[in-house]
Amino acid sequence: MLSLTCPCCGITAEETEFAPGGEAHLKRFGPGSSDEAFEGYLFARKNPKGVHFERWRHAYGCGKWFLAARCTATLEVFGTYPAQTTQPPAELIAKIKAKRPEWEGWA
Amino acid sequence: MSTRLAKGGRLIDRAKPLNFTFNGKPMRGFAGDTLASALLGAGQVMVGRSFKYHRPRGIVASGAEEPNALVGLGRNARFEPDQRTTTTELFEGAETRSQNHWPSLDFDIGEINDRLYKFFPAGFYYKTFMAPRAAWKHLFEPIIRKSAGLGGVPKEADPDRYEQAYAHCDVLVAGGGVAGLAAALREGRAGKRVWLVEQSAHWGGRTPVDDGQIDGVEAEDWIAAALEELESLANVTMRTRFMAAGLYDHGYVIGYESVADATPGDGRPRHRLWRIRAGLTITATGAIERPLAFAGNDVPGVMLASAVRDYIVNWAVSPGDRTVIVTNNDDAYRTALALLDAGLTVPTIVDAREETHGALPQEVKARGVRVLEGRGIARVLGRSRVTGVEICAQAGEGGAVETIACDCVAMSGGWSPVVHLWSHCGGKLIWDEPRAMFRPDPSRPPTGADGAAMATVAGAANGDLTLAETMAGFGIGACSHDEAALAPVWMMPAGATDALRYKAFLDFQNDVKVSDVQLAAREGYTSVEHTKRYTTLGMATDQGKLSNINGLAVLSDALGQPIPATGTTTFRPPYTPISLGAITGEARGDLFQPLRRTPIQSWHEAQGAHWEPVGHWRRPYCYPRKGESHSDAVGREITNTRKNVGMLDASTLGKIVVKGPDAGRFLDMLYTNMMSTLPVGKCRYGLMCNENGFLMDDGVVARLSEDMWLCHTTSGGADRIHGWMEDWLQCEWWDWKVYVANLTEQFAQIAVVGPKARALLERLGGMDVSKEALPFMHWAEGKLGDFDARIFRISFSGELSYEIAVPASQGLALWETLMAEGEALGVMPYGTEALHVMRAEKGFIMIGDETDGTVIPQDLGLSWAISKKKADFLGKRAQERSHMTDPNRWKLVGLETLDGSVIPDGSHAPAEGYNANGQRNTQGRVTSTYYSPTIGKGIALGLVLNGPDRMGEVIEFTGEGETQIKARIVETCFYDKEGEKQDV
Amino acid sequence: MKRYSIFAVAREAMRYHAGWERAWRSPTPKKRYKVIVVGAGGHGLATAYYLGKVHGIRDVAVIEKGWLGGGNTGRNTTIIRSNYLQDPSAAIYEKARALYEGLSQDLNYNVMFSPRGLLMLGQTEHEVRGYKRTVHANRLQGIATEWIGPERVKELVPIINIAGPRYPVLGALYQARGGTARHDAVAWGYARACSAMGMDIIQKCEVTGIRTEGGKVQGVSTTQGEIDCEQLAVVVAGHSSVMAEMAGFRLPIESVALQAWVSEPIKPCMDVVVMANTVHGYMSQSDKGEMVIGGGTDGFNNYTQRGSWHHVEETTRALVETFPIISRLKMLRQWGGIVDMTGDRSPILSKTPVEGIFVNCGWGTGGFKSIPGSGYAMAELMARGHSPLAAEFGLERFREGRFIDESVAAGVAH
Repeated sequence: MLSLTCPCCGITAEETEFAPGGEAHLKRFGPGSSDEAFEGYLFARKNPKGVHFERWRHAYGCGKWFLAARCTATLEVFGTYPAQTTQPPAELIAKIKAKRPEWEGWA
Repeated sequence: MSTRLAKGGRLIDRAKPLNFTFNGKPMRGFAGDTLASALLGAGQVMVGRSFKYHRPRGIVASGAEEPNALVGLGRNARFEPDQRTTTTELFEGAETRSQNHWPSLDFDIGEINDRLYKFFPAGFYYKTFMAPRAAWKHLFEPIIRKSAGLGGVPKEADPDRYEQAYAHCDVLVAGGGVAGLAAALREGRAGKRVWLVEQSAHWGGRTPVDDGQIDGVEAEDWIAAALEELESLANVTMRTRFMAAGLYDHGYVIGYESVADATPGDGRPRHRLWRIRAGLTITATGAIERPLAFAGNDVPGVMLASAVRDYIVNWAVSPGDRTVIVTNNDDAYRTALALLDAGLTVPTIVDAREETHGALPQEVKARGVRVLEGRGIARVLGRSRVTGVEICAQAGEGGAVETIACDCVAMSGGWSPVVHLWSHCGGKLIWDEPRAMFRPDPSRPPTGADGAAMATVAGAANGDLTLAETMAGFGIGACSHDEAALAPVWMMPAGATDALRYKAFLDFQNDVKVSDVQLAAREGYTSVEHTKRYTTLGMATDQGKLSNINGLAVLSDALGQPIPATGTTTFRPPYTPISLGAITGEARGDLFQPLRRTPIQSWHEAQGAHWEPVGHWRRPYCYPRKGESHSDAVGREITNTRKNVGMLDASTLGKIVVKGPDAGRFLDMLYTNMMSTLPVGKCRYGLMCNENGFLMDDGVVARLSEDMWLCHTTSGGADRIHGWMEDWLQCEWWDWKVYVANLTEQFAQIAVVGPKARALLERLGGMDVSKEALPFMHWAEGKLGDFDARIFRISFSGELSYEIAVPASQGLALWETLMAEGEALGVMPYGTEALHVMRAEKGFIMIGDETDGTVIPQDLGLSWAISKKKADFLGKRAQERSHMTDPNRWKLVGLETLDGSVIPDGSHAPAEGYNANGQRNTQGRVTSTYYSPTIGKGIALGLVLNGPDRMGEVIEFTGEGETQIKARIVETCFYDKEGEKQDV
Repeated sequence: MKRYSIFAVAREAMRYHAGWERAWRSPTPKKRYKVIVVGAGGHGLATAYYLGKVHGIRDVAVIEKGWLGGGNTGRNTTIIRSNYLQDPSAAIYEKARALYEGLSQDLNYNVMFSPRGLLMLGQTEHEVRGYKRTVHANRLQGIATEWIGPERVKELVPIINIAGPRYPVLGALYQARGGTARHDAVAWGYARACSAMGMDIIQKCEVTGIRTEGGKVQGVSTTQGEIDCEQLAVVVAGHSSVMAEMAGFRLPIESVALQAWVSEPIKPCMDVVVMANTVHGYMSQSDKGEMVIGGGTDGFNNYTQRGSWHHVEETTRALVETFPIISRLKMLRQWGGIVDMTGDRSPILSKTPVEGIFVNCGWGTGGFKSIPGSGYAMAELMARGHSPLAAEFGLERFREGRFIDESVAAGVAH
């Protein structure tokens, strides 16, 4: 039972208040994109055993989507941040790097 | 014979006798007894039968680790199987029954298994019962199932209720022994919000049974003072009969509180399940004594040494008159002292160690007890009760050197910390060689949301077995007898013969012996998990609390590797079993799931509607009249709607407002067709696809103003589509100026349908609903009678139809007004089934029937609703993929049976031949199929390979059983093909 | 390999079972094998077994980072059924079910396949239509299923509550030859048979890298050294993405936790397996007497083999509602496994972008029931380059949009 902090309303709440939404920072490919790019957008997932950037919605709270950096092997949550961005905040990446020197980084 | 002592018993109240029965026999105990102490006090030593061999079994332990003494408790609807007597408090009128025997506890047919034990070693069933093939299911398995199982089967629904609650704290202290009390004091004094929970009814753990002083006073006095101070701290919450059942991720702890177990039917919840979010959990969960593995260590009367003294000191119960103590450590000598203090006889102490110089042995010897050093028990004599023991050299093979008569054996193989909570969520263990135990590794704790430790450990749970060690952890002075080191003993005697090893039990309930673990090792089941699963070691209801360490030590020995190389099996929650009722809580029957009600629900209920669950809604399927079948009711509702006027409660329909400067652009991305061009005042049917191109929802969109649209969704889809819109707005097009709101429950919506619909509305007066003022696919706002209404001229039935939306609070009044005014016009309500049939007669698709998550709009003849002009919309790219543009897709057609019958639901159309996997080829399937009272015969919609190109062709469909039904491919619309009726 | 039989057990009983040999050898790895299978779970071992038995390829190593059968093979609720809707699923699950029928005799190891019957309850009109559709599909697929009414459901499952109040049982999709088997025994039986064919099962051997050259597999680096091979089968449910990453490609997979739990044992009271998908729970009774319970997966990526507690509550509620007598039983133990979920919730048995590497993954929550069929098809795919059973489960389907979506009929995947 995870505990997450919504960066939009600031509330720390039970997992049951949130809805998970899969990998974050996927780039949408629409008409005109290659088959490969479109397939990658819809299906190919990093699914790492380790640091994972992912989407959550505060579904039974403020209703906002947000993003989280979380370790899938320990469930440690490094941080959450608003969804309106195409990449994780630099300070969050630095924080993870400091905690996990062996982490290959966000790409 | 066990019996109640005349004096003593720190937990019982002799002034309050309690009556109970065991297998129908009346017995008596006292308030403060457990079922186990009461049974022993009443002289009942044998209390059950083991799982596999049906061997007689008695009480071994005095706490949560008890593997044998499980009973059926209560009767009828309050019967509960597998109740652990050692942790169940005695109450007046308790009815208990022993388990796993037939016909009786004393004479059990199943005992034949024990006589044939040589044929039933670990895993024998994997090697046998294979021929003939059908014999497993029909012969062997039924016998095994019948003789296995354990408890009886409850026969009735549970009449008790259960409660669930939340708690939040900085520190949860699990365990109310002296370590837990000290931890709670430390944290409480520091101002933390503390929860201190203890699984039993008593504080102080086992320290009061043993000896010692804390902080210069007797331990019991220190405990009393600690409790007094804790109770005075407002920031400390204390609960007994409250088990921390499991530690889960991010400091989530499940607590299990017994509230009314001992007062059945008193109206309070029987159990309470707590969900606790703790900043830190301190596991002060104590330790469990290990049995010793010698032949006959399972005979009733053989008990843990600590349990023997618990029964004497706590409950004034003597487990036997003559107790032989067998041990590898000093602690068990405390049991000798307790026995002697109670005036009982200790004929001999058998100590596996070569030397016994500790303070406790010295004191016991000084009281005249004979101590045999370097000795072990070769075998226990007796079958349903200990009658004596044969003594042998611990180093030898079990040759008896002496036989000692006794009626109780107190055994101690050392202690194992209770590491369950620590381990549930990833805390690791280390092997402590000098003390022969696994204990928590402080450098590898379970970690929480912030990556830091979310648990620490205190007291015996940390391996600090003596009082001094435990209290030193809190900087508090304490003393008790010094204890000399134990000598690990995993088998007694060390070189026990095969015959002895086949009777030396590790897991008492599941009948796993030393020989079984050794067999597993020999056969290559060398992982501790393999051994566990092959032998069933540790898989009984005690989950290996007594057996695991001994078992893996035997395994390590068999493999010739150190114990830490073998490791442990995984500790999984709960610590002891918790009731499914508590996990369920109040969510039963009417409260099982929330019920969404439309504003008109009470009217439907009063009419005796037959319900259809739709999501969390419950919609009227039809309104059967007295003596009318459901299908007759549906037919009547359809006919009346098509002839006169019908009314449908459409309030469940999704209603989502989309507003803002970019709302049109946004809807153009969401819908396959163009919504930005919809004029204000008009309605347009639209389709939504997911990014895979599949059709996911449909509905009518109305443009309310220049920058505001109202999107109708399916009843089941409203929340999903609202979430879908928010997803795209927040995560992809966050710079678009659009606001969406789900107003589904803010409005009641009533469909008034049929040729007399306009006449009905006109009877209410008010706004002009004529064809000219409110044409088909338009909407208007105004006063309908006294109601503020928004009326949509849309039709899902093909009839003249008005959908009237009013504020939810006005829904019932409008419905009742319309019903009253419509009486003269023959108005009747209709339900979801009539709705389905009428839309199928028109060839309108239904999301979930014509679609199933694999269907694209192009399959359904809906290409007209897919914009060719738009550069992009959700699903467009996906629909360009090769499988989607395949010319050989199944496409929607109408189907008319040649004989007028109804094609069964789900019917498929076989094609010629078989595929590479031997499956019959298919060329289509039915998606909707009904008897049409309007047409007077069966109609269907279906997806058929190249269907629209095959009009008039007759193909076969699977009927009931092995039959086939011939149907002609026709157009999808069966009724009013020109659409004249809806546009009048 | 010494054969197991009741006579062998009787013979050994006379000498304290001293004569049993190891069920499987525990060799050190050779330098090179024709085929390396990574993952000694049911699917990996079955792949090796049918490579040897059907195709005569016995130069095979099955390597396993932990203990064989220690992944999802030993953590599932042991349900076996083939009442699937889509042709490709129905084919491979029915192949598996049919092989299960004779597996004990085939392996000379009692896997306790028990075709005790399986019910999927219909509790909404929509669900009923979905299951009826499955019955018609199954008829043409050659799978014996039928739709039965609520009274027959009650006959088969006396402890069930068919009267609601919230979701009355309207009937059930019944597969009489569905059932359960002993999960560990499936892994052990295959392992023993593979070992007897001369294959090497190497436990506690973790793959740390996959070596490729010119787009072709060369071998694997492991904690027990370098091992070469011509073909590599990656059969590591839960960790498929991690292995794919080593080989340099991505899979349409996410790893999520699936939980199960058991009650304390009671005497037999339910012979059939019951799945109630509207309320999200399924239950059977093991031969030991425990009620074996499972529900839905978590929605977030997770490699911990621990799930979230609220699923336990939701599923237990569903089952107490369906079987009111279980309220006073107690949950003995709960656990979790990590399952691969693909883009269409159906498995992948496929060649990969790297020549010689094959993947078998994505079984989601349906892994155990498919083990023999999966192994059979995978072996055929590797030995012959093509398998009709595996043909539709290739990776390319995601690019083409050719889904095999089982959830379509009744909203239930597996």
